[in-house]
Amino acid sequence: MNMEQQHIKLPQGAIEKQTNTLNLGPTHPATHGVFQNILEMDGERVVNTESTVGYIHRAFEKIAERRPYYQITPLTDRLNYCSAPINNMGWHLTVEKLLGIQTPKRVDYLRVIIMELARITDHLICNGVVGVDTGAFTGFLYLMKYRELVYEIYEEVCGSRLTTNIGRIGGFERNFTPAAFQKIEKFLAEYPKALKEFETLMTRNRIFVERTTGVGPISAERAMSYGFTGPNLRAAGVDYDVRVAHPYSSYEDFDFTIPVGTTGDCYDRFLVRNAEMWESLSIIRQAMDKLKDLPEEVYHAEVPAYYLPEKQDVYTKMEALIYHFKIIMGESDILPGELYNAVEGANGELGFYLISDGGRSPYRLHFRRPCFIYYQAYPELVKGAMLSDAIICLSSLNLIAGELDA
Amino acid sequence: MSLTNDYIKQRLVEKFGEALTSFEESFDVLTFTAPAALNLKVMQFLYDDEELQFRFLTDLTAVHYPHLPDAELAVVYHLYNFREKVRLRMKIFVPVAAPQVFTATKLFESANWMERETYDFFGVDFVGHPNLKRILNVDEMTYFPMRKEFPLEDQSRIDKDDEMFGR
Amino acid sequence: MARPVQHNTKVKMVEMPKGYSGEGFFATSFDKVIGLARKNSIWPLPFATSCCGIEFMATAAAHYDLARFGAERMAFTPRQCDLLMVMGTIAKKMGPVLRQVYLQMAEPRWVIAVGACASSGGVFDTYSVLQGIDQIIPVDVYVPGCPPRPEAILDGFMKIQELVGQESLRRRHSEKYKELLNGYGIQ
Repeated sequence: MNMEQQHIKLPQGAIEKQTNTLNLGPTHPATHGVFQNILEMDGERVVNTESTVGYIHRAFEKIAERRPYYQITPLTDRLNYCSAPINNMGWHLTVEKLLGIQTPKRVDYLRVIIMELARITDHLICNGVVGVDTGAFTGFLYLMKYRELVYEIYEEVCGSRLTTNIGRIGGFERNFTPAAFQKIEKFLAEYPKALKEFETLMTRNRIFVERTTGVGPISAERAMSYGFTGPNLRAAGVDYDVRVAHPYSSYEDFDFTIPVGTTGDCYDRFLVRNAEMWESLSIIRQAMDKLKDLPEEVYHAEVPAYYLPEKQDVYTKMEALIYHFKIIMGESDILPGELYNAVEGANGELGFYLISDGGRSPYRLHFRRPCFIYYQAYPELVKGAMLSDAIICLSSLNLIAGELDA
Repeated sequence: MSLTNDYIKQRLVEKFGEALTSFEESFDVLTFTAPAALNLKVMQFLYDDEELQFRFLTDLTAVHYPHLPDAELAVVYHLYNFREKVRLRMKIFVPVAAPQVFTATKLFESANWMERETYDFFGVDFVGHPNLKRILNVDEMTYFPMRKEFPLEDQSRIDKDDEMFGR
Repeated sequence: MARPVQHNTKVKMVEMPKGYSGEGFFATSFDKVIGLARKNSIWPLPFATSCCGIEFMATAAAHYDLARFGAERMAFTPRQCDLLMVMGTIAKKMGPVLRQVYLQMAEPRWVIAVGACASSGGVFDTYSVLQGIDQIIPVDVYVPGCPPRPEAILDGFMKIQELVGQESLRRRHSEKYKELLNGYGIQ
């Protein structure tokens, strides 16, 4: 994107040139979420940008200091709301690490299934939306139908479609019904065809390829300096995946590859996300096969001190009653400690920095939000690009406003 | 595993001696405290050293400890080594009266907004930051909301009944 | 031989308004006809900020299809649309932006607050969240839920359609409406 080559060279002072300021305001069809970009344009080329975030700041960290641990899960839903289960599981894993709870394998595998489904839905929206921004609405419309299938699975497991509040500290709130497994099988049977169709539409489509190659490239060193993680970093060439580097929830039992790109431009990000969707499908398939060998009644860890006992036990047994009381009233023995736990969210490393002082609610909870950190790189990504490229770059970064805490 | 917490501690103590205190290991992550004046030097050392290679800033945030006199604000850096997959946590304690900390933006580009967020929430003044202004809250806000003395709710509401909503 | 043509014989027609009809003519009042036309061709402005916006995407997609209610064109510009659908949390920083968008809309305009956050601040009783958009703009229909199911959003949309169909043509010029707007500081 060399500006000197593209412009007509006029003698100094021939035309007084000024740059134009364009406001890609918080409410705009192309910003998928509320954040503002003020672009300084030289004709059609972007010279510089300035971003303003904070238009949806909901003070999650302050709210978290008020709530007991099990009530923070609905809060984490609303971080990256396109893949809410991953945030929920990340939080549960963090608290389980603090409390030293070991979950049985079946719980781990069920969690893996839910997290990979969430990852598929998030990448589905992101890639569909990159298509919409290039003008290809069809792909998005076809893929949204499969998001409905995943919503049905979530509904079967936890009752809710989008902000799922799925699982509890120690496992799940109820066992997966046979209907849930049937729905997962249905998804696994139908989605690959749709994904193949989407890929046929977009991946080798001349128009799409020309619109996205060379747009917003970033080198691996700059990406690491900017704190990139997740598909954006993998598209730049660094194979860092928290699932492999610091395995959690029995991810080490699964066999999957990490797709890596080369130039880090929008096309590479698109391909990396597509490849990750295929990998996720394979992981879900493996998990479903592994579940056949495990006892079917297990859906939570045996930690009555932190996981609510069955209601009939609460009414008949003394210990269950005491545990129920302690958990609900916030008298559980939470150990004081300080930890940082990360999971591989759909956008990158979603980290939870938790400081507990032994009380009912955390002393300090900080969310390490991947979107917030890599959005800083946007000016560098679009410097010298044209306006339409700037839009595509924005949508291929997969910025979710809730996660910007913005 | 070639890079163990003990080795990191040993190298840090060799280089900085008594300045670094409170080495502890919390859930497999080595945590230590550095004085506010040395934060950049320590991070530069960790970045440049060929064996330590902590070249990724995972997270930068602050914690408010109102009960620690003269060290109320703790700025916490989480550093990461990609090759050896090792995390490190560094804490800087500064008093609320003089919360100046040197900025890490020259070393890590990602520190830019993270420091702005920390300033916005806690009032930590990052010396040398290119653009230290509020990022998530409204620009006209006059206080630093995450400090413990400030409430969560908006105090100027008249329509919510405290008796019913038990704030 | 031309390919077999299939005529769609099951086209759903909208109910005729009450009127007086005879050989070759139909007389009714403007209110009813204009109401009928307006309510079946509402162009919404999706002001989607957070999670409710994703449920809106599901509503607009093929499964729940908002377009069959007439909302085919989601105009993203306030100058060209009738219905402002505010979906998601509105923070205090976003308040002036929302108000400006509302002011740019031309009469007649309606507002639907989708979700708990837009209706009343929702789960977020904090210093930074506006506790309901009716603090700054007048709202016609509130859709509760966190997020509301697409069926609920469609229900809210149908209630807006009722309001639109039954609205008097002089409402926007009436004293009561002017008082309502003055209450919000809008001239």
